[in-house]
Amino acid sequence: MQVYDMPDERGHFGPFGGVFVAETLVEALEELRVMYEKYRHDPEFLAEFAYDLKHFVGRPSPIYHAKRLSEKVGGAQIYLKREDLNHTGAHKINNTIGQALLAKRMGKPRVIAETGAGQHGVATATIAARLGLECVVYMGAEDVKRQAPNVFRMKLLGATVVPVESGSKTLKDALNEAMRDWVTNISNTFYIIGTVAGPHPYPMMVRDFQAVIGIEAKDQMQEMIGRQPDAIVACVGGGSNAMGIFYPYIDVEGVRLIGVEAGGHGLSTGQHAAPLTANSPIGVLHGNRTYLMQDEDGNIIETHSISAGLDYPGVGPEHAWLKDIKRAEYVAITDEEAMTAFHNLCRTEGIIPAMESSHALAHAEKLARTMSPDQVVLVNLSGRGDKDINTVARLANITL
Amino acid sequence: MSRIQSVFATLKAQGKKALIPYITAGDPHPDQTVPLLHALVEAGADMIELGVPFSDPMADGPVIQRASERALVHKMGLRKVLAMVKAFRATNQTTPIVLMGYANPIEAMGSTQFVALAKEAGVDGVLTVDYPPEECEVFNQELAGADIDSIFLLSPTTEPSRTELIVKQATGFLYYVSLKGVTGAANLDIVEVKKRVAEIRQQTSLPIGVGFGVKDAATAREVAAIADAVVVGSRMVLAIESANADNLIANVQTLTKELRTAIDSV
Repeated sequence: MQVYDMPDERGHFGPFGGVFVAETLVEALEELRVMYEKYRHDPEFLAEFAYDLKHFVGRPSPIYHAKRLSEKVGGAQIYLKREDLNHTGAHKINNTIGQALLAKRMGKPRVIAETGAGQHGVATATIAARLGLECVVYMGAEDVKRQAPNVFRMKLLGATVVPVESGSKTLKDALNEAMRDWVTNISNTFYIIGTVAGPHPYPMMVRDFQAVIGIEAKDQMQEMIGRQPDAIVACVGGGSNAMGIFYPYIDVEGVRLIGVEAGGHGLSTGQHAAPLTANSPIGVLHGNRTYLMQDEDGNIIETHSISAGLDYPGVGPEHAWLKDIKRAEYVAITDEEAMTAFHNLCRTEGIIPAMESSHALAHAEKLARTMSPDQVVLVNLSGRGDKDINTVARLANITL
Repeated sequence: MSRIQSVFATLKAQGKKALIPYITAGDPHPDQTVPLLHALVEAGADMIELGVPFSDPMADGPVIQRASERALVHKMGLRKVLAMVKAFRATNQTTPIVLMGYANPIEAMGSTQFVALAKEAGVDGVLTVDYPPEECEVFNQELAGADIDSIFLLSPTTEPSRTELIVKQATGFLYYVSLKGVTGAANLDIVEVKKRVAEIRQQTSLPIGVGFGVKDAATAREVAAIADAVVVGSRMVLAIESANADNLIANVQTLTKELRTAIDSV
């Protein structure tokens, strides 16, 4: 069997990935690349990371058999990897701990981050507080409005939240602004990117820190059902939770890997955030080459999703590669379908899922219906939905 | 000899330094770009950097980002930028035009087609901010094949070994970024710039332009004493931003003349 070994040493996943940044950032990325190479297999570093994942995050996160949901849907058994039970309520904390420990080793007293839904910002502010690092989080002004509770959480944790007023005022603009901060404050600042995008080594490094999800799942599934699932379903914005659960399964035959993008109002409306499913052209943004939603002049177009965490015009370069080599499949789920799945999980299982994860749930329901009851679909329940209750209430015309 | 080489050769013979203003194509309005280019030349520009608007200009500060946003309101894309260069060339055959922008608009057009159209329009050099030399070998060969210069950035953090790699691929001139930050950021440290430019000169005979922090005539004079060219971007764009339709040309020309005088006083 062929062993998957990506990316190459300059961060390329086939034609995707790479280091597309201004010269002002090149040395900083080189320093990071060298330091990460030094520590990624260092037993002491890995032990410290593992300790924090266990004692601070609460890992391993359980896998839960959603029996009532499976029965209601009719078809395959649906299992949930409960990343929503992590400290701070989502998978994002896995990666921020890894990067913050690296920042500490590199002697950087200040960390910055971009955030969309706010989960990555909260996760960064959390670990910064624990390690005594100064923390600045950039967040699109539009997202600051949509995700007020998370903004307050970050402030409680001692972080400075900077609303970004440029461009579409969402995640991509927050990323631009964080890059600008980094280039200006390179000597004392570590940029904690929250997803498997950005220039090399970020897509690889974030994937590696999130891979704990898939590594645990492999053992847990073996223990629970004596085999691996028939399909794994995860939502994809930039794609970090999906990469985290997919990566350890890439070489495992017979396990379908399915990434679920945000279909927004529907692919035909153009108002979505699903570059892979919509066959968007290849382009260069935020330091890497990938599939990108853009106009005919190569300008990035505004995306739409009910979920701030999926509202991104590109996608991690490794997902682009997995699509091209046909190892993973990508589909889109609309706002409405995600909302229905959100309510389904609340009512049948007593779990309030994040709006992002609800996209994965919606597709898992569709898929399970086409499968037999002895088959298994594992969904990465990447986060809890407490942060989304205002959005859900607003859509139902309820004032909290 | 390319237009860029010939400008540097002529200035050197006269003991002068080059003034390279930057404007964003389509800012404040596409109709005003070609008149602005001519006005800059008339007021003393030796070469012009013409920015290709992009939705996500990561290496630029707020001033140049706003210029991009104003231009994009008018759907100012790469094709239209090339048409402007062509229109400028109809009456100016001597002043080099360097396009400065990001990789994605070029990739969206296709690099081969871009190079062909740029050649036809009369573009002299291309600076693609987010194309470090490792990621643009093919594009660089295509540019060389069309006799278009590849302009590369060097930064305060660029190590000598990397400078070596960059100067091998660069033609026309090198653009030294005078500070750690985005365009139009804090004041540059002239002592540091002087030291770095001297180091770079030991590795290349290419002319060296300095930019990213030239805010006024005084800085321009200091930079001119060290470098072969002074690049003025955000300050020039501010002159455009603060003008109205009636005094746009006058504003830009007043600033350009001030900078010219300062540079020539070295």
